[in-house]
Amino acid sequence: MPGSPQVDSLPSDTEIRLIRKDSSLMRVQAVLLRHLYLMRASWPRIFELMYWPSIQIVIWGFFTQFLLTNSSYVAQAAGVLVSAVLLWDVLFRAQLGFSLSFLEELWSRNIGNLAVSPLRPVEFLGSLMIMSAIRTLIGILPATFIAILFYEVSIYELGLPLVLFFSNLMIMGWSIGLMVCALILRVGLGAESMAWLTIFLIAPVSAIYYPVDILPGWLQSIAWCLPTAPVFEGMRAILFDQGFNLELYLHSLGLNAIYLAIAMGLFIWSYHVARKRGLLLQIGE
Amino acid sequence: MTQLSIEVENLCKSFDEILAVRNISFSVKPGETVALLGGNGAGKTTTISILLGVLLPTSGTIRLLGQDIIRDRFPIMHRINFSSPYVDLPRRLTVRQNLIFFCKLYGIVNARERIALLSEELELKDLLKRQTGSLSAGQKTRVSVAKALINEPEILLLDEPTASLDPDTADWVRSYLKAYQSRTNAAILLASHNMSEVERLCDNVLMMKSSKIVDQGTPSELLQRYSRTNLEEVFLDIARDRNRPDPTEPTEPRENLEVGDI
Repeated sequence: MPGSPQVDSLPSDTEIRLIRKDSSLMRVQAVLLRHLYLMRASWPRIFELMYWPSIQIVIWGFFTQFLLTNSSYVAQAAGVLVSAVLLWDVLFRAQLGFSLSFLEELWSRNIGNLAVSPLRPVEFLGSLMIMSAIRTLIGILPATFIAILFYEVSIYELGLPLVLFFSNLMIMGWSIGLMVCALILRVGLGAESMAWLTIFLIAPVSAIYYPVDILPGWLQSIAWCLPTAPVFEGMRAILFDQGFNLELYLHSLGLNAIYLAIAMGLFIWSYHVARKRGLLLQIGE
Repeated sequence: MTQLSIEVENLCKSFDEILAVRNISFSVKPGETVALLGGNGAGKTTTISILLGVLLPTSGTIRLLGQDIIRDRFPIMHRINFSSPYVDLPRRLTVRQNLIFFCKLYGIVNARERIALLSEELELKDLLKRQTGSLSAGQKTRVSVAKALINEPEILLLDEPTASLDPDTADWVRSYLKAYQSRTNAAILLASHNMSEVERLCDNVLMMKSSKIVDQGTPSELLQRYSRTNLEEVFLDIARDRNRPDPTEPTEPRENLEVGDI
């Protein structure tokens, strides 16, 4: 144990002056750095990020190759399934990356430190979104290279629309992630499994591997109310040589704006309730 | 006139029908250390949580450094810090990484110098590369103190700062906090069950019971008022509803109670 500190032994104010800056960027950088430190120190975390997208692409890639010899539908657009798998993983990773970064703060009982700091909720959410993008890219990039190497399918051939699809799926992933975090704030860590499950609720009606037309009429209405279905329909339109469908893109973007606004509202409401009930310091327990 | 560091007026907090804090008012001046003393469930942690902004009050006003924190707490959050047993530092980060993280969070531009200074003062140099989760309780407390002082706060809110520490480490932490306050004139509000800690550190004591402040004064005033020789006895008098002696009547120090009297 160190010896008793004496007042005289402490440096005076003039020795080292504290230089402070009120900077949003710095606070966002702090949260990012905290998660990057964590990721860097643990190779299993990085491996896990890359593992599932790579496994998915291997399975679906071989399945596609099998279908190519048996299905005229798939034969029309080589790589439609592979591209769908990759874009679906963008959505899944975006949502999971957002929720996991939030959960990490709860698991480590650090949420109280963040809540009692100059970090504003909007800056915190911004940091989670950037971390989600970083996690998604780490997971997806190797899978895209596997697709090129093994099946000669390059998702990059989608061109500029790929960026638009990617960003729309990221935003949808954040919206779902925000809703999951709002739920966890509201009911506690008992709901953490929702971070892995929720996304699969919308999978059947997102028209990932088949067109919306295949669905029963009432499910088609639901599908067109999600930003995901227009993205996958837009992807198929390009792969079936129909070109970029601006209408589908705007449809998806508009819905995304609505979903993101609702999700943010839900999160802010949950945060307010957590402050009212004193859950912020206890939620990690 | 010097601005008060903490001003609390008519603060109330209820959880549904349970009243956790009942109409309390107090203030803390710069350079002053005030203790919230009371049994479990008396409302100490609730009061500190409200001051930290992680719990919304039902009614009342709170001004920290002149800022109404219920309306907007962010303009002054970089001038405040805290330590609480309800939060941890990220365990898988090294001590240095944690301190860098908090420097950035609090907008400290010269993080390197600040960490070097705190490491020197709190003797953390050998711990900087170690994962925070691998430290002993005493080492963790020193790192927590470094975190709590990272922004050289003008208000320090401490919830049981020396709980679960051995007497040597606890004494060291108290000495350090005292030295820090002498240097910076910071206001300290602490909730504690440790009476000797309160006697040693605090200028003023707020005795809480059943969600309200039932008595207050300097440690010596309280000892005199209750005709006791230490704060633990005062605490027990209040906790067990033993009547305060009539101040108009001459008093003699009471004898300590026997176990059988309780």
